Order: sequence, then structure tokens, then C-alpha cells
Amino acid sequence: MAKNENGKADIVPAESVVTGTGVVAPDAFTDPGLPPHRPRVTDLDPKAAKRAERVVYTLFYLSIAASVFAVYAYMFFPIEPENVHSVRMNTLYLGLGIAFSLLAIGIAAVHWGKALMADKEAIDHRHPVRGTDETRARAVEIFRESDEESGFSRRTLIRNGLIGALIAFPLPAIALFRGLAPMDVDPNNELKHTMWKKGLRLTRDPQGTPIKASELTIGSAFQVIPEGLVDLPEHEKLDAKAKAAVLLVRLKKEDLHWSSKERESWSYEGIVAYSKICTHVGCPVALYEQQTHHLLCPCHQSQFDISNECAVIFGPAARPLPQLPITVDSEGYLVAMSDFTEPVGPSFWERAN
Amino acid sequence: MIFMRKNMSATQASRRNGRRGPLASVALILIGLVATGGAYAAFSSASATAAVDLSSPAVINQGQKLFAANCSTCHGQQAQGTENGPSLIGVGSAAVDFQVGTGRMPMQMSGPQALSKPVQFTDEQTQALAAYVASLAPGPAIPSQSQLENGDVAAGGELFRINCAMCHNVAGAGGALTEGKFAPQLTHVSAVHVYEAMLTGPQNMPVFNDLNLTPEEKKDIISYLSYIESNPSAGGLELSNLGPVSEGLFLWVFGLGAIVALTVWITAKSN
Repeated sequence: MAKNENGKADIVPAESVVTGTGVVAPDAFTDPGLPPHRPRVTDLDPKAAKRAERVVYTLFYLSIAASVFAVYAYMFFPIEPENVHSVRMNTLYLGLGIAFSLLAIGIAAVHWGKALMADKEAIDHRHPVRGTDETRARAVEIFRESDEESGFSRRTLIRNGLIGALIAFPLPAIALFRGLAPMDVDPNNELKHTMWKKGLRLTRDPQGTPIKASELTIGSAFQVIPEGLVDLPEHEKLDAKAKAAVLLVRLKKEDLHWSSKERESWSYEGIVAYSKICTHVGCPVALYEQQTHHLLCPCHQSQFDISNECAVIFGPAARPLPQLPITVDSEGYLVAMSDFTEPVGPSFWERAN
Repeated sequence: MIFMRKNMSATQASRRNGRRGPLASVALILIGLVATGGAYAAFSSASATAAVDLSSPAVINQGQKLFAANCSTCHGQQAQGTENGPSLIGVGSAAVDFQVGTGRMPMQMSGPQALSKPVQFTDEQTQALAAYVASLAPGPAIPSQSQLENGDVAAGGELFRINCAMCHNVAGAGGALTEGKFAPQLTHVSAVHVYEAMLTGPQNMPVFNDLNLTPEEKKDIISYLSYIESNPSAGGLELSNLGPVSEGLFLWVFGLGAIVALTVWITAKSN
């Protein structure tokens, strides 16, 4: 928009603007202006004004009372370590006090503004932002002078040193991100292998007691962890369990359908063990229906059919759940024949398929 | 009986503008019916609380008759199973007590799963049915009262989270399964039925036999369930413990509703 010497925009009626080839809408929106001022009840009736005033200050005093109440609630409803109920009382009253004290201030302020403060419509014109030419020239001069006095352009070693230091300063923060990745191990390898290995017994979660094949009746479901997992330090235990968790179920032998003799040899008398880690995004899949032999993942409703090598029958999972090959040892306990033959859990970049 | 009584009072009303003789006889019949009904109700409620000997031939015989009349259409005359219902040989008294005692059996209609509904038999009849089915072949028995109380709540909580919570929800609120089936909520379920369900694996629930969860561990789980039912959540309003669905809905409706209402109030001109 054109500007005159004072920096003010020239305001010209829309009809007089030369539009060139532009298409001008004939019914251009015209500013309807402000509606006529309408006095409020509180402007006309002093009683109503008094009432509004009373509401506003009452709310402010109630807010004070609520703040004091919150402090009292904190003191008189303390959290007792042995009493779960006390946590509820403490947070409830503390929260109510703090919430009401803040809400009352807000409501009072809005009500004050709406009902009592002057409500005359007015227009505040913006003053031009651009400074005068003299001010601008002087500002440039000041920059030049400071450069001269500090020697910023002249003493190049100092200037470059400062710029270099500022660039180097955030580097340690970026380098610290390295600490989030595994240090001494190949993450790829970690994703491809679990704790299971040949001869390792299947044990109950969380007790860690071994399971005999004879203990599984038809329709049984056992939540299984590898032998020795319970003895690991807490952090390693969780890491290992997140990959090695297995669901062990027993079906009638004739209900199981196998694609090959080899796959069939991974089961024992109708007992099958499948990874509990969903191949979609890694939720634990353990919602087992013993009659339909469906296995449901609660996160995104992927369904797997245990009677058919855990094939995906519904949902977003792309692959069947990996099967843990099992057999029994000389004492009748269930043992793993090997680790899983494919990586468990969701896809990752380096996974072959 | 109630139905009959209603019928009688309807008859009585229609005959009120008739002769007196029939009215008197109808009143007499009514009195007789109420008296017999009352006496029967008093008798049956008294006998329901009495312990039933599941091995007595009389009880088994009664159970067999009830079975033939109410169950054999689907489960077969010898409980051997038909196309419409599984064999009950070897399911034990625990399975019968659970299925009949929670009203799941007799099944109302075929569907994804048998729903629990008002119980169809008296306790005594349920016990008789259980006695009959238990007499066919050995199977899991109804647990005694001492197997249901004073377990370790903390241990039960851990076992519940590992073995049960994936279907029944961590607070026992139940949850959806595949193709219209669902895991029922475990609040307001009697301890004995929870125990029997673990032991027998009704419908699509897996079996948790005594070698998987020992009787002691089952007792712990039941104690945990009764603990969370009698102790309110420390987190405040539970919203049925259904998780993100009910909590999200609550926030969308009431949280956003409050924000919209406040916004309308703030921007509205004062009158």
C-alpha cells in the first residue's frame, strides 16, 4: 500500500483503486461499523451494580478461603504410607481447594470486566512503526561506532573465536544422545536373539518353577519365562523378559494343523509354545480363547490362530507369532529345542523380511 | 405359580358381576393356592441353605431326573454330548456349579457365548445336578469355604496381572475378545464361582488347573479380587475401570463441555 511522507498509509475508497486486469467483486464487503451502544443493567440500575460488585468481591474472598482450605487439607489429610485411601483424600481436597481458588479468581475477574468495568466501544489507531529517517540513520551510525570501538570487524581472531565457541557449545548435548543406544552390543544382534537356547526349561511366570508336560491339561494356558530369568538383576530381567515371554497352551492334537513335519516336531503331544510379543508393534498377546484357539492382541486387535501355526486371521500384524520349538527332557519337563528361529516382535530395518 | 395366581384373579374379576357361589369357590381356591405356595417357598428356602451330600444316591438320582428334563436335549441322555453341546463326562461338579449357579446354563440361545442370567434352579437342584455329573466320572470338585478366604493379596495381584488381567482387565472390569465374545467382569462374582472358573475353564476361558495355579495361589487371586472390590481406587473416580475409552469420553464430554461453556460465557455481552 502506498505511504505518504509521515509513514501513514493512504486510505483510499475501494472503488477508486485502479485494478488493472484484476476481477473486482461487485458486492465488496463494506464495513458495517460498530453497532449502537447498549447500556447494561449494571449501568442503569445502581442496585444491579451493587449486586455485581458483591458477587465479584465475594468470589475473591472465597478464593482466599479455598487457598487456605487447600493448605489445611494438605496438613489434615496427610498421605499415610500404609493407607491407600489417604492418597485419595489428600489429592481430592488439595485439588479441590487449589482448583476452586484459581477458578474463583478467573470467574470474578471476568464478571468484573463484563458487568462493572466501562464498556464504551472505542477505536485505538495504531501509530506507525517505522522510525523517522534521522533515527534510522543514527541507529546505523551507532552500530558502526560500536564495531569501531569493540574492534569486532578489525580483530578477526577474536570474532572467529567467539563464533567457533558458540557453535561448539551445544555439541556435548548432542553427543550425550549416544548414551541412549546400546554401548557394547550390536542392537541388531540384540533384536534377533532371545534368552532361549537348547535345553533351557520352560518355567512359570513369575515363580520360575519348571513345567512338566503332564501338568498341562487340554485347554490349559501357562504364562512362561525361560529358566534362570528370575535370578537375573532387575534391569536385565525386564530386558530379557520383554523378548522371551512365551504362551504355552495345550490343544487336542487333531486340532493342530501343520505346514510341514518339521514344524510339527516343534510341538509336543498338542502342547505348543508361541512368542507373546506381537509382530505388529510388540504388545503382549495373551488373550487366548481355548475353544476357538484364537489369540487376540489387545492393543490393535490382531488375531492369531494357534491351531494354524499362529497365522494372522485379522488385524494389522504382518507375520505369524514366532513359535518356540519345544520337547521334553529325561525328567519330563518341557525344554526349548533352540532359540526362536526368527526374530520376535515387530519389524525393524535390518530384519530380513 | 405366580402366573396361575394372576390368572385366577382375572377370573375372579370377570365373575364379580355374576353369581355369588362361584366367587366363593374361587376365593377358596385362591386361599388354598397362596397357602401351598407360601408353605412351599418356606420349605424350599429352608432346604437350600442345608448342605447337600453330593455322593448320596438319592441326590444323584434327583440330579439325573433334572438333567434328563433340562439338559439332555443338548448334552445327551447320558451326558455324552451331541452336536449341540459338549460331553459332560469328567467335567466335575465344579463346572456344573459354575455354569448352572451363575445362570449360564441352561443356555437361552446359541450365540458367541452363553451369557450369565437369572439363575434357573434352586441351590439344592444345582447341587443335585452337580452330584449327578460328578458321579459319571471323576472331575474338579466344588471348593470348600476354607479354599476361598484369607489369601495373600499382594501375591494374588501379581498372579492376576500375569494370568488374568489381559482378558479380565487389571481391575477385573472385563474386556472384549474376538467375534463378539467377551471376558466378563469379576466384580460382584462370588468367590466360589471365580474358583470354579479357574479350575474348569468355562467356555473360551483357558483352564488353570491346580498344577498351574495351586489352590493356594487361586485363594490369593480371589483375595486380591475381593480386596480391589472393597477398597476404592486411590486414583479417584474409577469410571468403571474401563481405561482410555470411558476416561476419554468423560473428558471429551465434561472437560471440553466446560471449556466451551466458559468460552461462550466470557465472550457473551453482559446484559
